[in-house]
Amino acid sequence: MTRNGLDRSLAFAIAACMLLVLANTLPIASLDVRGQHSETTLWGAVVALHEQDMFVVSALVFVTTILAPAIELCTILYMLVPLRFGHLPRHLSLAFRLAPVAREWGLVDVFMLGVVVSLIKLNNLALVIPGVALWSFGGLIVLLTAVGAAFNPRELWVRVAESRATLARYESSTPRRDAAGIAPRDATGIRSK
Amino acid sequence: MNAAKSTMSAIAVTAAGRGLLACPACELVSRPPTRTSSAVNDVNDEGIACPRCGADVHLRKPESIRRTWAFVLAAAVLYVPANMLPIMDTNSLFDAQRDTILSGVMYLWSTGSWGTALIVFVASIVTPLVKLIALACLTLSVQVRSTWRPLLRTRIYRAVTIVGRWSMLDIFVVTVLVALVQLQSIAVISAGPAAIAFGAVVVLTMFAAYSFDPRLIWDPIHSENADG
Repeated sequence: MTRNGLDRSLAFAIAACMLLVLANTLPIASLDVRGQHSETTLWGAVVALHEQDMFVVSALVFVTTILAPAIELCTILYMLVPLRFGHLPRHLSLAFRLAPVAREWGLVDVFMLGVVVSLIKLNNLALVIPGVALWSFGGLIVLLTAVGAAFNPRELWVRVAESRATLARYESSTPRRDAAGIAPRDATGIRSK
Repeated sequence: MNAAKSTMSAIAVTAAGRGLLACPACELVSRPPTRTSSAVNDVNDEGIACPRCGADVHLRKPESIRRTWAFVLAAAVLYVPANMLPIMDTNSLFDAQRDTILSGVMYLWSTGSWGTALIVFVASIVTPLVKLIALACLTLSVQVRSTWRPLLRTRIYRAVTIVGRWSMLDIFVVTVLVALVQLQSIAVISAGPAAIAFGAVVVLTMFAAYSFDPRLIWDPIHSENADG
């Protein structure tokens, strides 16, 4: 087991959050043709598709490039920030199960290649200038990969067990709700329907 | 003991064979309380909630074969309009042009960007098709309980899940072009109907890959080994 993997994962996640904001608010690229200027952000691209009545496609782009990475980073922060200070987040198990799904649907790397291909396509027609967001996307891809690589589920559950034991020692006198938010169940572990 | 035999005995120990369940999310192995049978194709694989993380745990993904077929067939149907209909309309000062995915690739090729043309061709035309064929073959082989080269089939499945996401490439290319090329007096690009079909193909094949359970590939081999 990697030591301090969770701390490294948390550090990468915080950095990735900043780049995610940059990647979404700054222009991806700009275009100059005969005095006319045009530039777009990722959000602008989603809106442009929506305005052309391509709701499904714009929703797909929004989910895979903005929402999924945001959810992934949120779940990581939600799990790791309280644990770092010895607390147990209330919906830990939900966040834990949501994180891999969000990772699966985050297609930031594919989007980056898509931007490069479209800039190559346009290069024959006009002067294209890659924007700051394009570099942010590059950094974001690296950081998201690092977050995933450093995040070790087994280490997380060891840390959770430690926190739970510490909390139990302090609060052994009063019966309390399960801190991880897992629904109370009998010893068999069968889900109550 | 020869090599083949040792492989077989290694296969023989599966969690399902021991009546244990492995959590897909947190990897905890747990024992369901009242299991009457350890048969893998037990009809009432109701599943439990993982005692540690609360995820749904089943012996095998529920309705795996049926669901995979549904997604694969739906994606195969939509693959046709995705490639036949225009994905991008370009209205410029001089002419109006409607591009399908293939004509977009040919345009890149004709302007000398061979590498890019190849990437787009592989990502948006070859990958979805190969993925659909591979998943259909895998599902069929599992359905007839084939024992043919399980390791190869498992590797094919793994490759399909990793490569599949890259077929979104063309959707993103269209997205950027649509957003960027809005120069009213010179050229305007808008997305065509194939974009919807193509997006659906990509999402459906991703769902198909998730609903397929690669452990089903090994089940016939295991049960054959247990019988003999």
